[in-house]
Amino acid sequence: MLTCDAIRLERDGFALSADVSFQAGALTALVGPSGAGKSSFLGLVAGFDIPESGDIIWNGQPLVPIPPNQRPVATLFQDNNLFPHLTVEQNIGLGLSPRLKLTPAQRVQVQEVLDQVGLSGLQDRKPGTLSGGQQSRVALARVLLMNRPIVLLDEPFAALGPGLRAEMLDLVRTRLIAPDRVILLVTHDPQDARRAADYIAVVAEGTIGAPQPTAEVFASPSEALRAYLGQ
Amino acid sequence: MKTLSHVAGLCLIATGALAETPVLTVYTYDGFNSEWGPGPQIETNFEAECGCDLQFVGAGDGAAVLSRLKLEGANTDADIVLGLDTNLTADAAATGLFAPSGVSVAYDLPIAWSDEVFVPFDWGYFAFVAGKDVAAPANFRDLAASDLKIVIQDPRSSTPGLGLLLWIKAAYGDESAQIWADLADNIVTVTPGWSEAYGLFLEGEADAVLSYTTSPAYHLIAESDDTKTAWVFDEGHYMQVEVAGKIAGTDVPDLADAFLAFIATEGFQGVIPTTNWMYPAVMPAAGLPAGFETLVQPATALLLSAEDAQAATAPAIEEWRAALSQ
Amino acid sequence: MARSPVAIIAPRWPGAVVVALVLALTLGTLASVLFRAGAIGTLTSADWSAVRFTVAQAFVSAAVSVVLAVPVARALARRQFRGRSALITLLGAPFILPVIVAVLGLLAIFGRNGILNSVLKSFDLPTLFIYGFTGVVLAHVFFNLPLAIRILVQGHLSVPVERYRLTASLGGSVLRLIEVPMLKRLLPGAFLSIFLICLTSFTVALILGGGPSATTVELAIYQAVRFDFSLDRAAVLAAVQMAIGACSALLVWRFDLPQPVEGGLDRHSMRWDGQSLWARVLDGTAILLTALFLVLPLGMVIWRGVAGLGDLPDVIWPAIGRSMTVSLVATALTSCAAVAMALRGGRAVAIAMALPLVASSLVAGVGLFLLLHPVTNPAHWALPVAILMNTLMALPFATRILQPSVEAVQRDYGRLAVALGLSRWTYVRLIVLPRIRRPLGFAAGLTAALSMGDLGVIALFATEQQQTLPLLMYQLMGSYRTDAAWGAALVLLGLCLVLFIIMDRGGRIDADL
Repeated sequence: MLTCDAIRLERDGFALSADVSFQAGALTALVGPSGAGKSSFLGLVAGFDIPESGDIIWNGQPLVPIPPNQRPVATLFQDNNLFPHLTVEQNIGLGLSPRLKLTPAQRVQVQEVLDQVGLSGLQDRKPGTLSGGQQSRVALARVLLMNRPIVLLDEPFAALGPGLRAEMLDLVRTRLIAPDRVILLVTHDPQDARRAADYIAVVAEGTIGAPQPTAEVFASPSEALRAYLGQ
Repeated sequence: MKTLSHVAGLCLIATGALAETPVLTVYTYDGFNSEWGPGPQIETNFEAECGCDLQFVGAGDGAAVLSRLKLEGANTDADIVLGLDTNLTADAAATGLFAPSGVSVAYDLPIAWSDEVFVPFDWGYFAFVAGKDVAAPANFRDLAASDLKIVIQDPRSSTPGLGLLLWIKAAYGDESAQIWADLADNIVTVTPGWSEAYGLFLEGEADAVLSYTTSPAYHLIAESDDTKTAWVFDEGHYMQVEVAGKIAGTDVPDLADAFLAFIATEGFQGVIPTTNWMYPAVMPAAGLPAGFETLVQPATALLLSAEDAQAATAPAIEEWRAALSQ
Repeated sequence: MARSPVAIIAPRWPGAVVVALVLALTLGTLASVLFRAGAIGTLTSADWSAVRFTVAQAFVSAAVSVVLAVPVARALARRQFRGRSALITLLGAPFILPVIVAVLGLLAIFGRNGILNSVLKSFDLPTLFIYGFTGVVLAHVFFNLPLAIRILVQGHLSVPVERYRLTASLGGSVLRLIEVPMLKRLLPGAFLSIFLICLTSFTVALILGGGPSATTVELAIYQAVRFDFSLDRAAVLAAVQMAIGACSALLVWRFDLPQPVEGGLDRHSMRWDGQSLWARVLDGTAILLTALFLVLPLGMVIWRGVAGLGDLPDVIWPAIGRSMTVSLVATALTSCAAVAMALRGGRAVAIAMALPLVASSLVAGVGLFLLLHPVTNPAHWALPVAILMNTLMALPFATRILQPSVEAVQRDYGRLAVALGLSRWTYVRLIVLPRIRRPLGFAAGLTAALSMGDLGVIALFATEQQQTLPLLMYQLMGSYRTDAAWGAALVLLGLCLVLFIIMDRGGRIDADL
């Protein structure tokens, strides 16, 4: 369980507040208009930003005092998830060894996740030679390999077409969901949320709404969601 | 194999010698110790008799050598300073860094030499050097009235430039400001040093350049080119006498004295004409090299005493600057 | 308690060390000269007229350069022709050329006996006299017009092609909708960059100035040190020069200072304007005149130099070796220092980047001499000092080239690097350095070429054994050997270009962008 305890963040006239909990073993989508604070919220969880007040609790452990690289978090960004000058294997290997000195055992692990995301044999290619979908899979492979209990997906597949995006979301569901893992997905596409998420939290005007089961949310949308959906 | 061991032997001797022998450090201007300047031959000649290591340290031109000496003060590594001219010697003597030379020789100079501190090693007349095909003016007034273009050096950064300033001062006294004003439209440009001016002249940027009466000898002897000449001015020509002096605080006083004495000998003076392209201060036994007899001979030699030159310099520069800034 | 966002993790202390060194070499050396002088000098009226002349020529040089660059940059940006990329490469040449070599080349074209005047004379037209203000400005335009052109061509090319399409489909004026806003953004910075570069000009005014009225501040400093030995006046003049630079730099901060442009200019935008005959003639003329103006003087250096190669003395080889050593070591040091500065960023770095541009290299040299002399014989340090001073002088350019790329890496990959837990040094080694290879290669090439030229300060330290190539060239000129001096100039030009091209290309090979 990931709990945000009276979090408040203020930046340049923009305020974000969150007082919610997210279930482990499920994927929660954060849905809302751009500028509502979705990505800022992920930044708080990842540790790129420090809130003015409140704390983020993971299984009883406060996260705010912990620097980003020591938090139990793996993030998939909107873009720039891969270093173009490193090979696929190196890009994934960074998740295991930040100094890029892979042991034979670690290289085997990299091969295994490559197999899992369906990219066997591409370890020596550089990202520039891969298609958009393949690049997303490489990034996802690294998140898989890092095996962190909190996974943040910040519109990672926004640049892909609808078919590929659906495929990637399915891959996320099949490979990432685990009993003790919280997965947060930021998206502005309600269809994505409906397809992939177990819970939906509506974000509006700097407030993170409480997550609710996807089916319920779409059956009786709240006012904020209706406004967003244009209904 | 024989050559190799020979070379190796030489190296051993050389390194051995370096460790043992005393070093005489001579500050001089760059041109003096360049490969084609007098430095290398003089070094060989002197080292053959002194059992020492003569090291030339080049630092720009004469004025720069003096600046460097002033920067270093009493801590200087120099034992000898070589390459100042009489326009700088009063200033140099005032530093108190120099010791009397103790050398007295009969010099072949157009003027009597009585300086106790500095020893002359060569000399020349400043003159405008031009192509022979250019109609030569007879004096500065003639030049100023003509359409001839000249390139000169800045008196604030170059010894010939300062020489020209004092030349006009010595020849025209209070009228010199007017001479400069009249010359202004003849002057193509004022360069920082002799090299740039002479280079511009050779590129055809001016009809004449301020240099020395001996400059045509280079073209004649080294390049077999007899198209250059120096203009003879009837008001006389200012001289440049280049001197050397001993640093009082030298740690090898005997060696320094030996070098000062060596300056007047064949091993030094014989090298000067065709390396520094100036007249030797003491005529070598063989006389001047063939070609020097073709050089023009001014009727009158002008030279301010070191003290007069020092006193005249600052006001003359101001006068020059004002005249040319119009 | 307001807490700031988590900072990106590049190591900051190396940048601080570099900043400290730059301050020591500029302000520290100035202070040591002042300390030795023991008094604050008073400036003479000649000094003040030097200040006025310096500002005036820098202003006019910068203005002429940017104004001329406008039509040329537009022509280069919208025309495609044979030799275009070669011309754009050549645009870099004047900037890296040793000043004395370029001045000789200019004189061979524009001098009293130069090609231009020979042509004018043969048609009985009035001839051009370039010594004086005109000559100084002409030479500065020669050096800096290419810089202005490159900045503006880059400006044209950075406009998204969609905006040209939009303008074309609306039938609007490219000039008003695209070019004028772009120029408004770029011109002030380009102007001020060139103004700063011209402010410390020395050799150009030395040779082309024509007389004492064309004395720049740096030249006045040279004369104060060399002739009067008034260190106090030299120090004050250096401080005045710095103050003028600082005032300009304050203005610079208010504008976007464009970065020197690296690579990528061989693209051209598909554009729909400029199809009229008039526009074609205008563009063609602008390109032709620029090409002639920039290429002819270089051509003369090559022409005269080839003839002089045979006259070169054997000492050319050790001189080449020494110059290459100075250049390569300075390049290595500058690259490291510039990366450190760019990684650090911030106000201290901005100041440290501007200082060497406006510092007097002569006063820095004298100051360094005074600092070294009590401890050791400065003559033994001639080459290290040459390396240090070249590093100092190239640093502002190198840092400015690297900064945008380093910032882009920080922006694009900083968070990912934090999230992956890369250590500071791993981040620099694995991520930053590979990502900035292209600008680093360009900066290294520029530094290598700039460091082949020589600074006046070296004369103070030099000895017989430590002659560099430019010094040898001066000595050849100073001993009647003009032909050999042209040969040395050609060797110098060749080495500069080769070093620049090798490093610039080296940065591009296999760079995954």
